[in-house]
Amino acid sequence: MTAGAQVTSTLEQRAHAIRRTVLRMCRGRGQGYAGQGLSLADLMAVLYFDELRDHDHVVLSTGHSAIAVFAALHEQGVYELEELETYGMDGSRIEESPLEGTPGFEITGGSLGQGLSQAVGMALGERIKGSDGRVYCIVSDGELQEGQVWEAAMAASHHGLDNLVLLVDNNRIQADGDTAAVMGVEPIPAKLVAFGFAARRVDPHSIPELRAAFEEARSTAGRPSALVCETVPGRGVPSFEASQRVHYVRAPREVWDRALEELDRGEQARR
Amino acid sequence: MSAVAPPLVEAPFATALVELGRRRDDVVVLSADLSRYTDVLPFAEEFPRRFVQCGMAEANMMGIAGGLAKTGFLPIAVTYGVFATRRAYDQLAMALATGPSRGIVVAFLPGITTPFRATHQAIDDLALMRALPGMTVVDPADATELTAAVVFAEAQPGPVYLRGLRGAVPRLLDEADGLPTREVRSGAGAALISTGLGTQWALEAAALVDAAVLHVPVLKPIDAVAVAAFCRRYETVTTVENHSTVGGLGTAVSEVVASGGLGTRVHALGVPDAWAPAGSLQHIRAELGLDAESIARRAA
Ligand SMILES: Cc1ncc(C[n+]2csc(CCOP(=O)(O)OP(=O)(O)O)c2C)c(N)n1
Ligand SMILES: [Mg+2]
Repeated sequence: MTAGAQVTSTLEQRAHAIRRTVLRMCRGRGQGYAGQGLSLADLMAVLYFDELRDHDHVVLSTGHSAIAVFAALHEQGVYELEELETYGMDGSRIEESPLEGTPGFEITGGSLGQGLSQAVGMALGERIKGSDGRVYCIVSDGELQEGQVWEAAMAASHHGLDNLVLLVDNNRIQADGDTAAVMGVEPIPAKLVAFGFAARRVDPHSIPELRAAFEEARSTAGRPSALVCETVPGRGVPSFEASQRVHYVRAPREVWDRALEELDRGEQARR
Repeated sequence: MSAVAPPLVEAPFATALVELGRRRDDVVVLSADLSRYTDVLPFAEEFPRRFVQCGMAEANMMGIAGGLAKTGFLPIAVTYGVFATRRAYDQLAMALATGPSRGIVVAFLPGITTPFRATHQAIDDLALMRALPGMTVVDPADATELTAAVVFAEAQPGPVYLRGLRGAVPRLLDEADGLPTREVRSGAGAALISTGLGTQWALEAAALVDAAVLHVPVLKPIDAVAVAAFCRRYETVTTVENHSTVGGLGTAVSEVVASGGLGTRVHALGVPDAWAPAGSLQHIRAELGLDAESIARRAA
C-alpha cells in the first residue's frame, strides 16, 4: 500500500467508527439527526484526524448536526460512548443542538445562518494576533437561505480571509422537503465564486478527494475557500439512504440495530 | 387535580386557518421552511396560490408579508416564536407594524415547549412584542382560545402577534365571546394570574391548593380593569407564564398594579432571568419550579 492509500484506509476506519457512534447515540432514545451524522462522518474523519491543528477552529453553524462532531470528539477521547448514548435525554450534556461552552463547540449554532459571521470574526482575530490559526465553518444548504450568510461571505472575501474554509453540507434537503422545491440555492459554487471565494464541489464520501480539496484550500492565498460537499443523507446505511432522506429520524430500537449491522457489513466489504 | 385528562383537539390552528382561508380570499399564509412543523400544511394544500414558501429566511419573510399587505392582502407569517422575534424584529416592526397596512405573526414553540435550549426557546418574545407600538399580543391557553385567537386577530385593525400551539392541543376552556380576561377558577387558597400555557400549569397548581385563577389571553392591550379588579381582592398575587419573568405577564400585571396604586404584591413565576435548560417540557418545568407542586408551594 502506498502512503496515501494507507492514510485513506485509516481515515475510512475512523469514518466508520464515527458512523457507529452516531447510530448508537440515536438508538438511546430512538431518535436523532442520524442522516446528518452519517453523511458528515467522512468529512469529520478528515477534518479532525488529518487537517486540524491545535490552534485551528471548527465553527459548527448547523447546530443540529452536532451529533457528527460529538461522534468525532469521541474518537479524540473528549467524550465517552456511555455519555454520548444519553444524546438528547433530560439532564444530559449531550444536547441535540448544544450551546457554546459544551466541550468542542466554540459557538452557539442552531439558530441557523449565523455561524459564518463568527467564523469571519475568528479568522480576523487569528490574523490580527499574527497566528496562522485556520477556521473551518460548517453550514447547511438550508442555511444559505439566510441573508446573513451572504453578508458574512462578502466580508470574508473583502478581508481576504485565506485562513477561512467554508464547508457546505449540500444534502439537498431541509425541514420542509427538497431544498430545490422549498427555496433553490443553486448554483452554490458559482454564487460563492461571485462573492470572492475559491469554491468547488467535492464528493465528501471520497477521502482522497476531501484531502486534496483541503490541501488546495491551504495553498489558496488572498481569498477564502469553500468546499461544497455533495453529502448523501444516511450515507453508509443503505436502508437509510433509501428511506430516511429526512431532516430527523425516529425509529424503534430494531431499526437502529439493523442499521448498525448494515453499516458493519458495508465496512467488511470495503476491507 | 382532576383525574380526567382534558380532551385533545388535533391541530386546532390548522383547522382555524383553513376556515379563515375559506371565508376570506385575501388571506395569504407565509412559512420559512417550517410548514410541516407549524400546522400550516392543510392551508397550503387547499390554497396553494395563497401560500408562500419563503425558505429559511425569516427577515425576508416579514418583508414579503409587508409587501403583500401593501397590495391588499392580509398576510399571516408563521414560524417559531424565537425566529419571528429575535431574528426578524426590525423587519417585523417596519414591514408589518408601522401601519396603516398590517399583518399577523403566528409564533410556535412558545417558551419552553421545545427540547432545545437558548436557540429555540422563545422566552422573550412577549416582552419584545409588547414593546412594539400598536402591537396586539396574544398567548392562548388551549385549543378553544387558539381557534378564537385566529378570528380575533383577523378582526383587529392593527398588527397582531399570536403564540401558536401545534399538534394535539388540550381543550380546557369553554367558548366565549372574543378573548376575554376571565376568572377560570375560583378558590380561596391563593390568587394566580396566568396566560398561555401558564394557565394550564396554574390550573394544575390551583387544584392542589384551591386557588383562584385569572386567565389573561391578551397581554397587550391588557384588560387593566379586569386585572385591577382581581388584584384588589388580594394582598399577594402570583403570576404564572411560559416566558421570562422579565417583560411578560408578570411585568404587565405589575404595571397595572403600580399605576393603579393598588399596593398588591406581585410574585412573578416563569422562566427566571437565566437561560433555561434543555429537555422535555416536564423536565424543564421541574428544573424551573414550574411543575404543579412547585407552583402551588410558591404561590400559597
Ligand atoms: C434561523 C432558524 N430558522 C429556522 C430554524 C428551524 N429549522 C431547524 S433545521 C431547519 C432546516 C434547515 O435546513 P438544513 O439545515 O439544510 O437541514 P438538514 O439538511 O440538516 O435537514 C429549520 C428550518 C432554525 N433552527 N433556525
Ligand atoms: Mg440540508
